Amino acid sequence: MEYIFEFLIAFFLIVSGIFGFVGSFGMIKLKDPMSRLHAPTKATTLGVGGVLIASILHSFLIEQHLSLHELLITLFLFLTAPITALFIAKWHIHRHEKPQDLPGAGEDELWATHAVEQVEDVPDHSTN
Amino acid sequence: MKLLHRIFPHPHLTILLTLVWMLLANSPSLNSLVFGLILGIIIPFITQPYWPDRPKLRNWPMVVEYILVVLWDIVMANITVARIILFKRDADRQPNWICIPLELRTPEAITVLAGTITMTPGTVSCDLSAQGHNLLVHCLDAPDPEAVRDQIKQRYERRLKEIFE
Repeated sequence: MEYIFEFLIAFFLIVSGIFGFVGSFGMIKLKDPMSRLHAPTKATTLGVGGVLIASILHSFLIEQHLSLHELLITLFLFLTAPITALFIAKWHIHRHEKPQDLPGAGEDELWATHAVEQVEDVPDHSTN
Repeated sequence: MKLLHRIFPHPHLTILLTLVWMLLANSPSLNSLVFGLILGIIIPFITQPYWPDRPKLRNWPMVVEYILVVLWDIVMANITVARIILFKRDADRQPNWICIPLELRTPEAITVLAGTITMTPGTVSCDLSAQGHNLLVHCLDAPDPEAVRDQIKQRYERRLKEIFE
């Protein structure tokens, strides 16, 4: 029985290792900054998720006590990871994308990052 | 009833905070339950003025369904994206911007949708339009932008609309 449990835990650790590796490899392979942004969001989902499932299984099956505070790590990651990704994306749009390069924003005409007034000391990239 | 509402402005938040505290303590003891409850009552009470128009969750079975659908999609999309990164040549990849017209108007619902899009690999939500009626999404590999847009609207937005509105 112990053997099956250990096999199961090892499986989840390997899965998380593979996806963590692919996420890091993506950072090297992908060339444009917006595509690179996809790599870290992937490492946080299955990469971290696999370790956490393995940890819950290990404490429950091998150490015989229920430990669920790993779920909190998932919860906090799901709250914080989209926000950092959004910040990086908005920085990229602000500095490197012109309104005409992005798809139209429908009836609102501009995306929120472009809709703010240009501040004096920030170089205006929309003209060059 | 009104007094009860004054004391417990966000009953669901009270339950959630208590649960989070008990998970944090990581031992199902009466001690952590009581302290979690104290926090769960004090925090919503203090933060109530800063969150006046909170949305009501209407459809609880749908919340469970939504969470399961998102978890399943995360697993599936991870495999797809891993395949793109490992086996697809960078020149064959077609990164794309997609504009998703939103039917959702509740800010909390749009936040959940944007977060979901970012957490499912292969798509990152990047910006809202000036009035918040459209969502800008970047795709890692989307030969067919319309299909991705329809899938997001069909799978996530429809369910969120039933939950929040």
